[in-house]
Amino acid sequence: MRQLRLIIKREYWTRVRRKSFLIATLVTPLAFGLFVVVVNYILQYKSDEAIRIAVIDEGQLFDGGIADEENIFFKIVDTDLETIKDNFSSFKYHGILVTPSSGRLQQQEYRASYYTDQKLTLELEPVLVDRLRTALRKHKVAELQLDERSLEALNSQVDIEPKPVTPEAIVGTSMAGKIAAVIGMVMAFFMYITVFIYGMMVMRSVMEEKTNRIVEVMISSVKPFPLMLGKIIGVGMVGLTQVLAWAILVPLMLIGVSLLFGFDMGATNLPDTPPEFGDVDPQVLAAQIMTELGSFNWWVILPLFLLYFLGGYFMYAALFAAVGSAMGDDLGEGQSLTIPITIPVILAFYITIAAIQSPNSGLAIWASYFPLFSPIVMPARLPFDPPWWEIVISLVLLLGTCIGLIWLSGRIYRVGILLYGKKVSLWEMGKWIFRK
Amino acid sequence: MTNILEIKEVVKAYGSKIAVDRVSLTVPKGTIFGLLGPNGAGKTSLIRMITTITRPDAGEIILNGEPLNSDHPRQIGYLPEERGLYKKMKVGEHLLYLGQLKGLTAAAAKEASQRWLEKLGMLDRWNQPVEALSKGLQQQVQFIATIIHEPKLLILDEPFSGLDPVNTNRLKREIRLLNEQGTSIIFSTHRMEQVEEICEDIMLINAGQNVLQGAVSEIRERYKQYHFQLLYQGELPAAFAEHFPIIEQGKQSLTFAGKENETANTILRQLLQLGVQIRSFTEVLPSLNDIFIRTVGAAAPAS
Repeated sequence: MRQLRLIIKREYWTRVRRKSFLIATLVTPLAFGLFVVVVNYILQYKSDEAIRIAVIDEGQLFDGGIADEENIFFKIVDTDLETIKDNFSSFKYHGILVTPSSGRLQQQEYRASYYTDQKLTLELEPVLVDRLRTALRKHKVAELQLDERSLEALNSQVDIEPKPVTPEAIVGTSMAGKIAAVIGMVMAFFMYITVFIYGMMVMRSVMEEKTNRIVEVMISSVKPFPLMLGKIIGVGMVGLTQVLAWAILVPLMLIGVSLLFGFDMGATNLPDTPPEFGDVDPQVLAAQIMTELGSFNWWVILPLFLLYFLGGYFMYAALFAAVGSAMGDDLGEGQSLTIPITIPVILAFYITIAAIQSPNSGLAIWASYFPLFSPIVMPARLPFDPPWWEIVISLVLLLGTCIGLIWLSGRIYRVGILLYGKKVSLWEMGKWIFRK
Repeated sequence: MTNILEIKEVVKAYGSKIAVDRVSLTVPKGTIFGLLGPNGAGKTSLIRMITTITRPDAGEIILNGEPLNSDHPRQIGYLPEERGLYKKMKVGEHLLYLGQLKGLTAAAAKEASQRWLEKLGMLDRWNQPVEALSKGLQQQVQFIATIIHEPKLLILDEPFSGLDPVNTNRLKREIRLLNEQGTSIIFSTHRMEQVEEICEDIMLINAGQNVLQGAVSEIRERYKQYHFQLLYQGELPAAFAEHFPIIEQGKQSLTFAGKENETANTILRQLLQLGVQIRSFTEVLPSLNDIFIRTVGAAAPAS
């Protein structure tokens, strides 16, 4: 136990003190903040070029005026088209919009002409379309003698409110389902990334000890198993430290950035408001999301998430350690050995994408029992309140497999670290498990 | 309790390859024991079992009177042939770490590592990362790490490989000093001349099997070929060659073979009768290197 503690301490401190760790921990949130700033700037960038447009309103659509855009200015002119075209350069217009009559009232299509020498930009075209559409609608509503409020009534707002059949069932609101999906996806993605980053860190460290030739010195004092376990735990603690630092720094960064640059963070995170949310006022929507977020049972979700994180990390880190022990100095050569580990992780991630759409499908349930998948799939299902016994079965299976795989990896590790200059197949690694 | 280590009929196989085949040996307390053998003979496999890194398939290992158990690594200091250090760690930190892993308290480990660094004139390196040290200094740190916990049994696997003559001599001196203070030492190598110089008892293994065992002087006696060296003056009498086959003729010196079971006394008498003008006369005992080549060469399968 004392030795294990010493090993964990060393694995942890030598990493945390390293400059590369400090840089990665501090720079990642900074880079994230910078990214947000840049993205915001780009998204909010409006052309500073003033565009002046002459409108020849043949159809009398615009009853005397058109609303200007920030940098797009309309001017209704009486001059005829040919005159403007002849003196186009002296007018300094970007183009001339010619709006013919709207034609029959029942007619849906409408075609206006825009005379210009430049390409129609993505910025300009929607503005033109919007102005024409609004004008046409107004015109048609007046001509058809329709009541604006009856028209509004046609545009029904449909909202499905889930209601429990049995009183104790928690169904939440339809919004809750969408938020659950997002939370689930975020957790699954987090698992996916951390398993790879820190699992690989364990593998590299095992390889390093082997190529450094320190390992034989070490195992004359310590049994291989505590050496491997200590490394896994130490690196795991490094991972937790880093994640915790990010969990604090990234929101701080975002708040700082938004204060500094006055961005609307909500708008950044949802550049395109999903159509389901309709025309809801963003502030109302944000408030609604906040209350929905509060309604999740975080006291259950977060501890379970941590359990799955630990289970998943230990399981995969142990496998990576076993593979690292069998590898030589050559990373490329080991690629074929890591593939069997990376495939389940990637598969689990894709299953998760399916699982958050139908969290109680057979695939989702079985994948959240299967221990190689469950650390990624089950956390994604947690916001959907899966039955407690599914969680228990999944956790028990995960724990059992985790212990089993750590043990098996220890058997492989013990042999692998002392083997030099030999290419090892998976089959051979399997045989090491049974070696005395 | 006179033996630090007793190995009885130990067997170790890796798959179908038998690395150690019924090897037995005894290392008396306070001796320097030479474990000899060509590369791949099974020396490292044997040592790994003594250091509890691997377990024997059969046989028994008794350290200091007890069958090998998990407490024994603390009594053993092992300098493997494949050795290294954590390059990024500081010298002091590294020694503290390895010392504590061997069961020392933090305070004891600190005291011992400072004492040793001081002794080797390296105390100022305490806060330097290992990778900043020269190869020779790294080896010294490695040596300190091996003996920091004052092991009863010190096992050195090819300790001089990669060392320059200065460092080799320094290490030899340290080994002798430790031995004088009562540390038993197993010295594993394929370099015979080093063994002759340092060891009292040796064992020679080849292809996993014990080929030869005993005190160095006794073994050389056992393998002697009745060769004698003679330095003479003047002309060699013509009858000399009829009596003794000449093995090597030098300038006013030669090596010749006597008959079996003849002693230096009887030969000397014959030389005097032949009228050889003797300047010096010695019996030539075979070097361990010769014995090694003879026994291993004979034992090695003809392939």
